[in-house]
Amino acid sequence: MEVLQLFISGISQGCVYGLIALGFVLIYKATEMVNFAQGDIMMLGAYVAITFINIWDWPFYWAFPATVLVMAAVGVVLERVLLRPMIGEPHFAVLMLTIGLGFVLRAAAGAIWGNEPRALQTPYVGEVLRLGEAVIGYENLAIIIGTTVLCFLMWVFFRFTRVGIAMQAASQNQLAAFYVGIPVKRMYSLVWALSAAIAAVAGILTAPVSLVDPLIGFVGIKAFAAAIVGGFGSMPGAIIGGLLIGVVEQFAGLYLPPGFADMSAYVLLLVMLVIRPQGLFATMQKKKV
Amino acid sequence: MRYIRKTSYLQDIRLVQHRGHLLWYGLALLVVFTGPLWLDRYLVGEFALVFIYAIAGLGLMLLVGYTGLVSLGHAAFLAIGAYTHAYLLNLGVPLPVAMFAASLFSALVGGLVGIPTLRMTGIYLAVATLAFAVIVEQVLVHWESVTGGFRGMAVPKPEFLGLDISSPAAFYFLCLAILLGSMVLVMNLLRSPTGRAMTAVRDSETSAESMGVNLARTKVLVFALSAAFTGLAGALFAHRLSYLAPDAFTLITSIQLLLMVVVGGLGSLHGVIFGAIFIGLLPQGIAIFRDAAPTAVAQIPGLEPAIFGAMLILVLIYEPLGIYGRWCKIRLFFEEFPLYRKSTYKRQKSFLRTERLH
Repeated sequence: MEVLQLFISGISQGCVYGLIALGFVLIYKATEMVNFAQGDIMMLGAYVAITFINIWDWPFYWAFPATVLVMAAVGVVLERVLLRPMIGEPHFAVLMLTIGLGFVLRAAAGAIWGNEPRALQTPYVGEVLRLGEAVIGYENLAIIIGTTVLCFLMWVFFRFTRVGIAMQAASQNQLAAFYVGIPVKRMYSLVWALSAAIAAVAGILTAPVSLVDPLIGFVGIKAFAAAIVGGFGSMPGAIIGGLLIGVVEQFAGLYLPPGFADMSAYVLLLVMLVIRPQGLFATMQKKKV
Repeated sequence: MRYIRKTSYLQDIRLVQHRGHLLWYGLALLVVFTGPLWLDRYLVGEFALVFIYAIAGLGLMLLVGYTGLVSLGHAAFLAIGAYTHAYLLNLGVPLPVAMFAASLFSALVGGLVGIPTLRMTGIYLAVATLAFAVIVEQVLVHWESVTGGFRGMAVPKPEFLGLDISSPAAFYFLCLAILLGSMVLVMNLLRSPTGRAMTAVRDSETSAESMGVNLARTKVLVFALSAAFTGLAGALFAHRLSYLAPDAFTLITSIQLLLMVVVGGLGSLHGVIFGAIFIGLLPQGIAIFRDAAPTAVAQIPGLEPAIFGAMLILVLIYEPLGIYGRWCKIRLFFEEFPLYRKSTYKRQKSFLRTERLH
């Protein structure tokens, strides 16, 4: 029974990793840039939600879409101001730029909202669902359901909408997409908006479970591990990698000596890189001449 | 403007390209060697730190600037060097031996980490090194019998052959000597076939491989060397801290090291020195800024990392070549006056550097 309980909390934590990883993968696929600040964008999303709900007293179901919209706008602004000039620059320059961005966002959040942890007020906090002997908190359930719905929406978006398909084209070959008339730059902005919106959803969903402080963005690093375990560039891979890491972490916390829970994500990552460096769902192969 | 007449291919790999070099670098050496005479006692200590950063920066520059591999976990090697050094000193091992062992052990770990991780490039390597750094940090916290965990670990005072080198001036010269030694080593490495192979790997792995460069060997070697220099810097850093605790070697430290080579200017040894001076003296600058700024701004917690982050962003967008690049541009401007063209340093943009196949 304990196993099932651990499994469920692992899944719900894993969903959060998966959502952040999804943001990484989206941006990487579309722009070949690695956004290391994804976790910090999630943190920002959680704080925007706190501002709307806790401070301005908006109803939760209004605040939720408002937060997502605000964060999408933030994503566009970031892309436009910081990332657009970096198109065509080396990979790692962008990587480091986003690391720097993460530091700035963390300090900004600390300056605006303070460094003490805060809890997001949600209508469903504290209630639980009983499944046999296992107990699931509604906030964990919300994470799982929210992730599932979001994944479905993403699938529909990329499979059936015109913009989604254009985005896929831009991500597969920027030049070719440009030649056939897809506004690649606008696609970039859109992708950033989308991934910031997903980060905002992740932030709102995770805020009731773990308190919000400027440092929660560091789960982004674990999510990064998740994205790589899943095979960087594969969207189902990102979610599954996230779930895997979430579950492994829970079990490592119970069965292994202290310290291993924090390390397990990284150990899993290193093991994965040794035995199957292309990840579970490989989309990349070495360039051949 | 100086024109060098080349009469032999060997001229290209000489350490001293022309007499001007001798004069200017000689003057620079004179200035640093007489440093403790005219510097404030406090600043002597700060410059020792700059030298330590520069040694670590040499290691990272080999990796990032010359081989094009990014490591987000170099604080781990700094930590391994520092802890090994302190542990051996506590066992009564003489200073040079402990220092050498620290560097060697760090290189060994670097090699071991490198073998599996260096099959990948770019972000994969960056994240693998990051994961490695987190693991090392956890090991430092939890392996209490060796590292002392959060209680920390005292570092004995540096002494050699009964000579106490713990005074700021003596420590300054120790760091300076090791820095100069390391620089000569790296300069010689860079003009050797291995060094050229590294640059070839950076510019294009595919063409390097087709020219007969053994990619895996070169990468692992560079990674181990880079770890060795960083470990050596760690050994000195241990004396500087005089009390080791895991929180001195976090992600922020790794980023700081990376910031150093980027701000200094990637792909040049001058960049290492400029970057080390920048990183070493930036905290002083921030302290001065805090005093001058209005209290509302000065009391923002985490201001220091934010300034590091902002610097990183500004440098990457506006001066990707770093301080040394800016200096080269200024020099060229005066050398070619009035004919300087801005586009001389314009880089070719590349779209879709993809490794993906569809």
